[in-house]
Amino acid sequence: MTIKQISVFLENKSGRLAEVLGILGQENIKIYALTIADTSEYGILRLIVSDFNRAVNALKEKKFTSNITEVLAVSVPSQAGSFAKVLKAFADEAISIEYMYAFKWGTSATLILRPENIESALNLIDKNKFNLLKPDDLGNL
Amino acid sequence: MIWNKTFECMSREEMNACQSRRLVDMVERMYHNVPFYRNKIQELGLHPGDIRDISDLKKLPFTTKQDLRDNYPFGLFAVPQSEIVRVHASSGTTGKPTVVGYSRRDLSTWSEVVARCLVSAGAHKHDVVHIAYGYGLFTGGLGLHYGSEEIGATVIPVSGGNTKRQLQIMRDFGSTVLACTPSYALYLAEAMAEDGVSREEYKLRVGIFGAEPWTESMRREIEAKWNIKAIDIFGLSEVIGPGVSCECECQDGLHVQEDHFIPEIIDPVTLEVLPQGAEGELVFTTITKEGLPLLRYRTRDLTSLNYEPCKCGRTLVRMKKCTGRSDDMLIIRGVNLFPSQIESVLLEMGETSAHYLLIVDRENNLDTLELQVEVEQKFFLDKISELQKLSKKIQSNLESTMGLSINVKLVEPKTIERSEGKAKRVIDKRKFLS
Repeated sequence: MTIKQISVFLENKSGRLAEVLGILGQENIKIYALTIADTSEYGILRLIVSDFNRAVNALKEKKFTSNITEVLAVSVPSQAGSFAKVLKAFADEAISIEYMYAFKWGTSATLILRPENIESALNLIDKNKFNLLKPDDLGNL
Repeated sequence: MIWNKTFECMSREEMNACQSRRLVDMVERMYHNVPFYRNKIQELGLHPGDIRDISDLKKLPFTTKQDLRDNYPFGLFAVPQSEIVRVHASSGTTGKPTVVGYSRRDLSTWSEVVARCLVSAGAHKHDVVHIAYGYGLFTGGLGLHYGSEEIGATVIPVSGGNTKRQLQIMRDFGSTVLACTPSYALYLAEAMAEDGVSREEYKLRVGIFGAEPWTESMRREIEAKWNIKAIDIFGLSEVIGPGVSCECECQDGLHVQEDHFIPEIIDPVTLEVLPQGAEGELVFTTITKEGLPLLRYRTRDLTSLNYEPCKCGRTLVRMKKCTGRSDDMLIIRGVNLFPSQIESVLLEMGETSAHYLLIVDRENNLDTLELQVEVEQKFFLDKISELQKLSKKIQSNLESTMGLSINVKLVEPKTIERSEGKAKRVIDKRKFLS
């Protein structure tokens, strides 16, 4: 079960992020997770939202370049060593992770992963009995 | 000193007679040897016999860079290929370069005119001429090279690049004359200052600079930093290469070698010849060339002509430093660049939108280029590495097409201004007019 993430191309200019978030707010779209990968000239804003279809359309209308990427969300107990355990499993199977971000909520924490190969990552998660979140789970946290 | 007093100091009447004789002869040769020109002349209802002296020049058709392109590579040559002993080329708009061919006599004409230029700049056989123009298809290096040999100077064919080595050779070999682009001369001056080696270690006394536009304030800066006389030399490969015209030590206009190349100034819109002294587009007719003779070639450079005899004793007409162009060609580090070249590279790649903005600037006296390209929705991937790959790819495609390194910056769609009619594709922040 994958989660749809929106990626938006942003130039390094002040106000651009505020503009994107403003558009989503106006459309009454909730943001569940957010991260930015940046270079000196531009960045990629990555978001998980309550309604990706509407979000993409709203952004397109305002001439933002965006696309949708499948990512995986894994929930782990909020305790020392639990991220490491998940990543070691990936390393052992030699499944590369293109990027990831994470956040803690109450007694658990969530990893958002973009593996190079989604299928083998899903198998690995299944085999190791990691807690894979469904799209709705993120909204219910 | 004057290299060839007969031709450089003749009276206007003698010059007119010489030009007339040579023009009549050239039109005859072109008519019989170049189908392109025969057709053009016939289309105007003319016959070579109608051209009797230079007052008939204005009847003849123009030649443009497009004509050279349409006849790529050798279509306008007026002698069989067995008579062509050298070929040079400069970059063109569509990836196809402009090709020029020289007969043995053309090469000796070229050496002669460059020799005149060097001598008018104050160089002589005891000089050590340091040539930091690129050698190769570009006419800069070899043009200066043969002219310097002609006057019997000691030639150092360093070619471009490797600034540290340039400076070391200038010191160790005692270079007295430097030939390169004016911006590179300034760059060398700064590198010299950074090196901490005293100016006293250099024997340089004259600089002959060309291949790109430069201002009076750049001249003053070069002269102050190097403590030399900075002389402007002009040329274009289509006409022959460097040496078409050059300043003398009076630095008051560039003497045109008009016994070989007749200059005219026209209105770039009406194509009418303008009265003496008026500013307009410079047009050249080559009257002695064999390989690639050109009738009224439109240079697109804007300037004016001064027929007053010069204090130096030369009577050769003087053209003002070029003040601009009547087309969108840019000269970047001595390389010709048309914005349409960029567009065709982007279109060919098809991985971005073809909307772009080129920003030209000058940092530390070297031209810099930044190309802003819009990222398009359908090619946008969610990975920084992919975006970096894309800008690298654009950069290397541009470099292999144009021979210029351009810094590529990806921007959001629709950030590049769309204007009605002609889009603004270039912002040139360099200042050429002082």
